[in-house]
Amino acid sequence: MKVNYFLNTARLSLAYLEKNGCHSLRRSFSVLSSGNAAEVFEEKTSGRWIDKLEFVEPSEAPIPTYRVMDLSGRIIDKSQEPQFGPKIPVEMYRCMALLNTMDRILYESQGQGRISFYLTSLGEEATHMGSAAALNSDDLVYAQYRESGVLLWRGYSLDDFMSQCYGNCDDRGCGKQMPIHYGSRRLNFVTLSSPLATQLPQAVGSAYSFKLTNQPRCVIVYFGEGAASEGDAHAAFNFAATLECPVIFFCRNNGFAISTPSDEQYKGDGIAARAAGYGIVALRVDGNDVFAVYNATQIAREYALKYNKPVILEAMTYRVSHHSTSDDSTAYRSAEDLKHWQEHNNPVKRLKNYLLARNLWSEQQETEWATSARKQVLEAFARAESKLKPQWQEMFTDVYRDIPNHLMKQMKYMEEHVEEYKQHYPLDSFKKN
Amino acid sequence: MMVVISPSKMLLKKAAKLLSNRAFSSSQALNAKQMTVRDALNSALDEEMAKDDRVVLLGEEVALYDGAYKVSRGLWKKYGDKRVIDTPITEMGFAGIAVGAAMAGLRPICEFMTFNFSMQAIDQVINSAAKTFYMSAGMINVPIVFRGPNGAAAGVAAQHSQCFGAWYSHCPGLKVISPYNSEDCKGLLKAAIRDPDPVVFLENELLYGSSYPMSDEALSNEFVLEIGKAKVERAGDHITIVAHSKAVETGLDAAKLLAGEGIECEVINLRSLRPLDVNSVCKSVAKTNHLVTIEGGWPQCGIGSEICARIMESETFYHLDSPVIRVTGADVPTPYTKSLEGLAFPQPADVVTAVKKVLGVK
Repeated sequence: MKVNYFLNTARLSLAYLEKNGCHSLRRSFSVLSSGNAAEVFEEKTSGRWIDKLEFVEPSEAPIPTYRVMDLSGRIIDKSQEPQFGPKIPVEMYRCMALLNTMDRILYESQGQGRISFYLTSLGEEATHMGSAAALNSDDLVYAQYRESGVLLWRGYSLDDFMSQCYGNCDDRGCGKQMPIHYGSRRLNFVTLSSPLATQLPQAVGSAYSFKLTNQPRCVIVYFGEGAASEGDAHAAFNFAATLECPVIFFCRNNGFAISTPSDEQYKGDGIAARAAGYGIVALRVDGNDVFAVYNATQIAREYALKYNKPVILEAMTYRVSHHSTSDDSTAYRSAEDLKHWQEHNNPVKRLKNYLLARNLWSEQQETEWATSARKQVLEAFARAESKLKPQWQEMFTDVYRDIPNHLMKQMKYMEEHVEEYKQHYPLDSFKKN
Repeated sequence: MMVVISPSKMLLKKAAKLLSNRAFSSSQALNAKQMTVRDALNSALDEEMAKDDRVVLLGEEVALYDGAYKVSRGLWKKYGDKRVIDTPITEMGFAGIAVGAAMAGLRPICEFMTFNFSMQAIDQVINSAAKTFYMSAGMINVPIVFRGPNGAAAGVAAQHSQCFGAWYSHCPGLKVISPYNSEDCKGLLKAAIRDPDPVVFLENELLYGSSYPMSDEALSNEFVLEIGKAKVERAGDHITIVAHSKAVETGLDAAKLLAGEGIECEVINLRSLRPLDVNSVCKSVAKTNHLVTIEGGWPQCGIGSEICARIMESETFYHLDSPVIRVTGADVPTPYTKSLEGLAFPQPADVVTAVKKVLGVK
């Protein structure tokens, strides 16, 4: 899992991409919409004929990986440094550190039996902050499940996270979904769906809806390289291409699908290489370089909206965390491998080095922020634990817009029962009507 | 105690005898305009697309080719390829697209070429469409209609001939409609499209070309039927026959045969499987004290089973004078060859036998 083939010379403009690559951009609509079968066939065969059989080998040269910073946080090509002033990179860093702190505490709380499930984002922080910062707040997000940082960036508070994981009365989901299955209409973040990759065709459908109603919004959908093996992924790529939808397919290629390493997941050149087969443009970036992710997402967004077309963006990263609280990754990967990524290719450290070198951050601020982050998380944690459970009647609502008679009857029956035997129920821990 | 009657050759012979004596009654049909089920569905789609530009239709062959069964005839020409969308051949793909489009504010109608192929999209239908409103605690609703032909067809064997009524009606979060005639199809499809919840709309492949009378009211643009209400298609005092989809016709045919022998059947068309209008069934059974259910689906955990269970759990149980009998499809994958295919699904003669058994009449 070494990202060793970097590209850092691309000019950052759509015009440049259009002139120097992305041939499918220029081919675009014209031929297929002509409706002339002979012309379509001519185009598909590209007018090239051979009289000897040759296998077409998979391309030997892998798609290069774009990066802006080297492993130590030094900008490689000044022209690629995002021009967003000092505030945003500092905010990105603070968010990463806060996310890490929250992850560690909630992960432990599962071990203590306080919540049923959790998974962390350690090692993939740059894919979250880099992409989230490049989007507009009204762009719609379909996440897989390891994208808490995107929500944090959008303004989901620590209390929101904790309340969801605890399923307490302040959980907007009213305790109906398992931990980490966040959702927020206000933040344009669709409630997570557990079965892998179902979010991919749904994202395309939402993008189609935006296109049809002329809304200048795009959809970003996150998924792992493991989820890309699901049939839904194929369907989504193909539909996005044929229906011409403004959607960014953001693949977090983090090396593992639970215990299955990516070299057992696919044999070709990753997920980005599949794009050509669908007639989709692709970008591959160093997912541990927050600026590379930012630049790539920004240009992908611009392209998706300008052409009403999809982009496949593959961010090469590494899942430092276990898959979730359900597994122990020491059973399937070496400690040395993990150590390499934690110490030498760490997205948080890389951004920190960048900030330190520019005097945008100091060790003193580091200590202060670490203390503050821990305090904020622990306070939110304590608040979440002490909050009431949602009204138990929530169990019956939102199955349909209107509660059906049989559920209404059952709810009423339960109300009467609880009223009669109230001394046997911990009613004080539930929110009242 | 419930007895499942499966069709047999002996019954078919009896049926042939009875059919030769039967008197056709068509007075009701002559008074109203006739319309095919296909045209009724088409007019429902057309009227709702004209009324609400968030309504889009997608699926395989629905646009240029007018749909594999021509239900969407003329709609692509009228509404264009942004609203009538031919998709690549991936059921889970276009079902997922429809779910996502619904989440983002459209009101998609997702056509499965037949419901047999909806199995390839089952995760999107059950795990996403049906559950998202609940999982998001009401934040995201999925106003979508999954529609297409369902049930036994002719000569297409096991993978193209089966009823998914019981399958889908099992799942909370979905509404499931199984219409019988043209009026049902028009009024209920319009209701399904307007509904805020996901609806599975099970058309019957064998009935597309059948014509049924349409009242002036049913012909109007404003005609909508309430989801979850059964309809008494024929009144009678001796026994209640409950059915959905094409089996309603089987029930009505049997009722005509039995009327010739002095047995008056009350035939109830369920129209909707979820919500299931058990009250209408109970009301009828309280009057007739006898019940037979008919369905094209398999017996185990079927719609008939559900009706029996609900009756067992209610006061209506005490109104029954004898055990209920379910007449269902045979408990085998649908065979291809014509002689076997006919035996695999309820025929009027099977219903006649079941009714007589319930009533203790020889």
